[in-house]
Amino acid sequence: MNNPIRKLGRHSLNLVEQAGGMMIFLLEGLALTFVPPFRLRRVFQEVHNIGVRSTPIVILTAAFTGMVTALQAYYTLRQYGSEGALGSVVALSLIREMGPVLTGIMVSARAGSAVTAEIGIMRITEQLDALDTMAVNPLQYVVMPKLLAGIIAVPLLTAIFDVVGIMGGYLVGVVLLGISSGAYFSGMTQSVVINDINGGIVKSLVFGLTVILVACYKGYYTEHGAEGVSKATNQTVVLSAVLVLAWDYVLTSFFM
Amino acid sequence: MIKISNLVKSFGGNKVLDGINLEMPAGKITVVIGKSGVGKSVLLKHIVGLLKPDSGQIMVDGQDIPRLRGRSLREFKLRMAVLFQGGALFDSLNVFENIAFPLREKTRLPEKEIADRVRLRLEQMSLTAEVETKFPDELSGGMKKRVALARAMIQEPEIMFFDEPVTGLDPPMTNTVFHLISKTHEDSGYTALMVSHDIPEVFAVAHHVAMLHKGRIIAAGTPQEIQGNPDPVVQSFIRGEVDFLED
Repeated sequence: MNNPIRKLGRHSLNLVEQAGGMMIFLLEGLALTFVPPFRLRRVFQEVHNIGVRSTPIVILTAAFTGMVTALQAYYTLRQYGSEGALGSVVALSLIREMGPVLTGIMVSARAGSAVTAEIGIMRITEQLDALDTMAVNPLQYVVMPKLLAGIIAVPLLTAIFDVVGIMGGYLVGVVLLGISSGAYFSGMTQSVVINDINGGIVKSLVFGLTVILVACYKGYYTEHGAEGVSKATNQTVVLSAVLVLAWDYVLTSFFM
Repeated sequence: MIKISNLVKSFGGNKVLDGINLEMPAGKITVVIGKSGVGKSVLLKHIVGLLKPDSGQIMVDGQDIPRLRGRSLREFKLRMAVLFQGGALFDSLNVFENIAFPLREKTRLPEKEIADRVRLRLEQMSLTAEVETKFPDELSGGMKKRVALARAMIQEPEIMFFDEPVTGLDPPMTNTVFHLISKTHEDSGYTALMVSHDIPEVFAVAHHVAMLHKGRIIAAGTPQEIQGNPDPVVQSFIRGEVDFLED
């Protein structure tokens, strides 16, 4: 009788402890941005690792997402004779929701897992300790550039996702299903307002920071050798995907 | 002189260090011996500032290391270097970049000066210029240790820490690494703490030996004194007796 309650209590405490730990980790990491040495080169390297290297997978995902959205929307809209609204539906779905969410999840799967594995291996092979003993702050050298790269790269990737997704929708709606090109784009320019764009940017910033924060935190506190790295990598992908979806709901209700 | 007094550390109710008292004379190599898992590396990590004790003092030139913060801790770290058990070479950097790393991070030396110093250290470690561009995963265990020693020595430390420096090496490479440690010590005169369970090889390099057992230092003295110590636990460890090792 007592056990399930104890278990729930232990899990809840664990969760709160981890959330608190992650918040302190984030604040420490970001505060080090303003402490010399500024490590701009490391930030650019990480923008390349997290952003540039994720571009192909983001483009691929965006193209198919735009295409399938257009296909689904076309047959629904046709029932009401509103095929002309296809451009608006595709653009709004991508800019408000699917662009930031799917980019966040794809970055978590590609770059987040790699970040956790990299930092986790540095932890278990004492490379982080080595930095520390050389009077180089491992948080500043390893974590801070990745956090900044997440904030810089994910909104840019989201913008790429939106554009490619809209072009995917164009391919299906205009080229394959025969809607006029003018109707596709004019509907879009009329219905998409600056608040939609701003909402998408804010979401992508939050998702980028969340995904890379989880990845760095899980890697930094990896324990128990290779198995620990594998477990941490797995937790990164699952937790960051769940957090992206939860944040999405919170931010959407805020913007609505 | 490094002086440790009543150092205590527990992990989740398991007391690993139970009141360590130890003095490490300046300019000498002190070796802490003891079986695997007894807490030798934990002791070393306290001295280099990676772990904080539950209680006790670690005095280095009048400063209590666990109480140092910010700038004074950084200044202490700049005076020391650590050779980690697995080398802890940065696997995203090649050999040259690994050895140059402390100089690039902590000095404003021109690149040419850094390159000259790196090559000098490589030469001292009997490593050829060809290894400069290799990455750590392309090196043998012995080469990794020598590169790590070169990286530690390039900082010209006043205090050196060696964490199991020859673990996993074959006998010739073990002798080579111990020879390099002795040679660098002769050249630089640093104060050193080594933790090791490599008996009897460590006696050749040590000036002072202390034995850690069940969280305490149970014997300390010169290598000769330790080898002649009548304590059955010490003798059993030195002779590598099975009953003690499986205790």
